Amino acid sequence: MSGILYLIPIALFLGGLGLVAFLWALRSGQFDDLDGAAHRILFDDDEDDKAPRDPL
Amino acid sequence: MTAVATAAAGSKPAKAGGCCAGKPASDAPAAAPAAAPPATPAGEPLDTDLGAYVVIGDNGLAQLHLMVDGIHCGGCIQKIEGALKRLPEVETARLNLTTRRLLLTWHGAAARAADFAKTVSDLGYRAVPYDPARLKSADAEEEAALLRCMAVAGFAAANVMLLSVSVWSGHFQDMDQITRDLMHWFSALIALPAILYAGRPFFQSAWAALKARHTNMDVPISLAVTLAAGMSLFETMRGGPHAYFDSAITLLFFLLVGRYLDRRARGRARSAVERLLALGATAVTVLRRDGSQVLMPPEQIKPGFTVLTAAGERIGADGAVIDGRSDIDTSLISGETLPQSVAPGDKVFASTVNHSGPLKIRVTAVGEDTLLGEIVRLMEMAEQRKARFVGVAERVARAYAPAVHALALATFIGWLTLMAAPWQVALLNAVAVLIITCPCALGLAVPAVQVIASGRLLRRGILLKTATALERLAEVDTVVFDKTGTLTTGRLELLTDAAYGPAPDPADLEQAAALAMVSRHPLARALVRAAPPVAAADGVEEVPGSGLRLETPAGELRLGSRAWCGVPEDETTAGPELWFARPGEAAVRFAFQDSLRDDAVAVVEALRRNGTEVALLSGDRQPTVEAVARQLGIARWQADCRPDEKCARLAELAAEGRKVLMVGDGLNDAPALAAASVSLSPSSAADVSQTAADAVFQGERLAPVVELLAVAKAADRLVKQNLFLSFAYNVLTIPIAVMGFVTPLIAALAMSSSSLVVVGNALRLSRARQTSA
Repeated sequence: MSGILYLIPIALFLGGLGLVAFLWALRSGQFDDLDGAAHRILFDDDEDDKAPRDPL
Repeated sequence: MTAVATAAAGSKPAKAGGCCAGKPASDAPAAAPAAAPPATPAGEPLDTDLGAYVVIGDNGLAQLHLMVDGIHCGGCIQKIEGALKRLPEVETARLNLTTRRLLLTWHGAAARAADFAKTVSDLGYRAVPYDPARLKSADAEEEAALLRCMAVAGFAAANVMLLSVSVWSGHFQDMDQITRDLMHWFSALIALPAILYAGRPFFQSAWAALKARHTNMDVPISLAVTLAAGMSLFETMRGGPHAYFDSAITLLFFLLVGRYLDRRARGRARSAVERLLALGATAVTVLRRDGSQVLMPPEQIKPGFTVLTAAGERIGADGAVIDGRSDIDTSLISGETLPQSVAPGDKVFASTVNHSGPLKIRVTAVGEDTLLGEIVRLMEMAEQRKARFVGVAERVARAYAPAVHALALATFIGWLTLMAAPWQVALLNAVAVLIITCPCALGLAVPAVQVIASGRLLRRGILLKTATALERLAEVDTVVFDKTGTLTTGRLELLTDAAYGPAPDPADLEQAAALAMVSRHPLARALVRAAPPVAAADGVEEVPGSGLRLETPAGELRLGSRAWCGVPEDETTAGPELWFARPGEAAVRFAFQDSLRDDAVAVVEALRRNGTEVALLSGDRQPTVEAVARQLGIARWQADCRPDEKCARLAELAAEGRKVLMVGDGLNDAPALAAASVSLSPSSAADVSQTAADAVFQGERLAPVVELLAVAKAADRLVKQNLFLSFAYNVLTIPIAVMGFVTPLIAALAMSSSSLVVVGNALRLSRARQTSA
């Protein structure tokens, strides 16, 4: 009984940490262009960042 | 990509005067002088005075574009249009679901605009005068808000479920009441704020509908969630054994997933619309009376202005050439493969591409008066004539909400009267009915299939833009193709086939290619492509509309038209050709053709085998179209079609009861794409066409047409199975709920399992790909 008094808040805290991380990612624009991000991973890093080639 | 296709994509500004060989550099309009104003349009004043946005048409009707916020189903369209049309002075009221754009025309004063906007907002929708920049941000914000709600609901659902599982296990062991109540209180602590936050999209929509005395799908959802949460809180306070916090929050989570996916499916259409707006936004070089040049946004161009267009640039306005000769690529407008030569006095159209020489153009029409404006108008007319397609999910939802509410009410009254139960028990059972029937699986049944189908199509290079495209594609029984750029590659190829005459001598080809290197003319580019790599010859001069010339010690070399090379006309040879004349030798002919896409024959054959009728409508000349039709074995074909004729032909097919898939790429196809029951265009198409089309395919092959139809039919089958599954689930669980046997455990099991079954069934669509590939 006393165990869950610790465990529940800990579980909530860890879950909340995940939620905050997600909301932060959302706010910082990481979900604005999911398809673009999917293509961007295929770009060569050593190319000019400002003018990525058409991936298609 | 060819030069033509790249220019058609229109995303990058053309290089000024990059390719005018033989012309003095100063002749080409270079970058604007420092005095040029910024190339941004003057910002619209941000006042709320609607009168400023009203346009009085030449037929005396006042016109207003409104952006309506908060619509997400066809029912909203019915409501808004219906309410507006009941007003006596309103002539037309047309709401576009994709763009959320409302077009209003009415007789009378411009000042009435405010009343109409009020009519819309009285229905529970927010209406603002149309402004594309705002439309974009409103959509993006809505999507982000849904995602935030989804995250909160997901977090809460997982944690509440953790506690609920403990409580359920406790029922079968010996959890004491204090521990259970503690668990319930923790659940309430997590679930209630989460429901308040994540439920807002549903609550707001339901509240707006109720306030305006309407109902929509969000009303039963909000009611079920609120009642479930409220009743659970009541049970928790009096230390009762059952709390439904997990059901309420899980329900919200599932519904938000469905709604978010649904919203995202329309994201591509949005970006295409943005592209259309960008199409009109290229700055135009204007020649002032004092001889100086300025860059101006197209909307500031007025008839009578003189504009300059460099070689390789897109022409910015409709007008007449007053100086310069060039070749104009009109394939996006007319479907014609060969560039047209223009000379002073000839008419040119906006959005065609100027190939070989700089042109000075006197503007005759701008904005809505241009050919592009005309095409857009035809497109809108075609769209408005088309009956609005009601998606299957929406048809189901319309019948669903009243049935569920009636059932819950009947349960409440039944328990009160027949069973003489206290009102708490009656209410508990009525709420259980609402929870168990809440359209969780139903809300996922259609989006799950659509998302997996569009993901599968995406991997094959097909972008689905409209949400109902798959459902409409599943009904298609006729496919109508455009020729240039659709069945063909839209790119000229040198004919080397012996069947068309003697193959060109490699040495001739090489020599001719050295001249052709300097030109942007499509025939010259095709010649260069066909030849081995050569160095460009020095001193080549291009004479727009005629050909190329090179002075050598031995005499003059000429590459160009028949007349340019001094070859007499004869009727025996047709089609695109280049002649190469050298001193003392007979002129050599290079013949070209716009070749079919590699798999065009196979695709047409496959379509016919599946029982689909195939037709060909082209704006190109008869002999060319006939040859292509014969090659592909298409019996129904028509040449020299103007855009409105294509529309008329599609209307005839629709009148025969046919469901037509239109595949086309040109500006001249755009109205037809809008008129067809569903449409597809290649990614090399004109921006307007890509905007009008329901789907866009990428790549050199035509096979996506077959793939698209196959996936649509498979998706249709799965949607129907899913709907059947969710109904079967309801038929099984409703009696249990009505009789009062439902506990939170049963509700959670039933809801999750039905959702999983529906999603699992939808996933079969992506598995089928691996087996068939």
